[in-house]
Amino acid sequence: MIQTDILIIGAGPCGLFTVFEAGLLKLRCHLIDSLPHPGGQCTEIYPKKPIYDIPAYPSILAGELTERLMEQIEPFSPGFTLGERAEIIEKDEDGQFVVTTNRGTKHRAPIIAIAAGLGCFEPRKPPVENLASYEDKGVEYIIKDPEFYRGKKVVISGGGDSALDWTIFLTEGVASDVTLVHRRPSFRGHPDSVQKVLDLAEAGKINLITNAEVVGVSGDGNLNALEVKHTTDGMMSISTDHWIPLFGLSPKLGPIAEWNLNISKNAIEVDTFDYSTNVPGIYAIGDINNYPGKLKLILCGFHEATLMVQSAYKRIFPDKNLVLKYTTVTGKPSL
Amino acid sequence: MDDMIKVFVIDRDEKRHELDAPTDMNMNMMELCKSYDLPVEGTCGGMAMCASCHMYVLSSHEISERSEDEEDMLDEAFFVEDNSRLGCQIKLAADLDGLEVRLAPVGS
Repeated sequence: MIQTDILIIGAGPCGLFTVFEAGLLKLRCHLIDSLPHPGGQCTEIYPKKPIYDIPAYPSILAGELTERLMEQIEPFSPGFTLGERAEIIEKDEDGQFVVTTNRGTKHRAPIIAIAAGLGCFEPRKPPVENLASYEDKGVEYIIKDPEFYRGKKVVISGGGDSALDWTIFLTEGVASDVTLVHRRPSFRGHPDSVQKVLDLAEAGKINLITNAEVVGVSGDGNLNALEVKHTTDGMMSISTDHWIPLFGLSPKLGPIAEWNLNISKNAIEVDTFDYSTNVPGIYAIGDINNYPGKLKLILCGFHEATLMVQSAYKRIFPDKNLVLKYTTVTGKPSL
Repeated sequence: MDDMIKVFVIDRDEKRHELDAPTDMNMNMMELCKSYDLPVEGTCGGMAMCASCHMYVLSSHEISERSEDEEDMLDEAFFVEDNSRLGCQIKLAADLDGLEVRLAPVGS
């Protein structure tokens, strides 16, 4: 069981900065994020995009902002549970929250700060009829163990690096038969990977179908065939054991909707006094919250985090008086 | 009004919405749909980085060609057709008066 003062769900910019503001009050933090790395959308969606509205940075790349935040909170030694999704929130007999992830990791804290942005990133699923009934029966969105595909017929869909890389990997002595289906002849992945895939197709080692899309799944309990629509040749059927659609990740509210919080328009309602939710001890900050006048800006998330930790401190230490201290006075941050 | 055009959006329930669209606010179709609470996510905020504002252009308006970024992101959309566009890349302007689009299907 991981014990901390403030358990932060979401390691995007807002969650990361919470560690800093909490650290100034000598509160320890631990962050949970479904992505395998910190930074949230900044890292996952637009790491190379410049942001122009961070005070004192006329321009900063989203990826660099994440790095700087990590550097800023380093003195406070936050803990991280990455690549796991916060799934269940319970309260124990001492009134502390216990948060369990999808992999069973347990965390305990008197305060929870939900800084989950637009939710947790999950694989984007094609709108194909009956798809859900073949999930884990031939349809997988993530390759956990390549050995699973040994000797099998596999169809991969997508045009990015993960589609290309797995096509190459599974072709090299793993799967018996690999087909890559992509909607257009060009690929957005790394040029070396693109060339490799084109070479494999040329050599007849993979079946490359471009200008096409998988539009149907069928089987007898387990997947055994895909309907593929080609822009000029029309419909065709491909027999296969597996289909791996790799269309990137998109954020979903997910388990947050099950935590008895007041939610409207995919956001958690908060009191702007301290960004508290309807559940005492649970706060929501950044893009995940909503209140009259809300702006989904990193800048505003930082402000919300700052006010929120003051309120959290008073909940943890109701008898202590908190005096605002300037970092210019207290000097180099440390716990 | 001079700075207003009308555009039409067919949602995923086949309902046709007539929207008043300002052309002097540097807005795009994704933002317009969101401002009318139509079910367009626009996850990335309009950077052509998420494909969650995929729509089909039904009318014959001339729209600037797809950029390479837009083309790349359409790889993560589904049921992409010749008339597929990312709404965030369609800037509202006077010459788009009468534009008609259909929201593309989304996965679960």
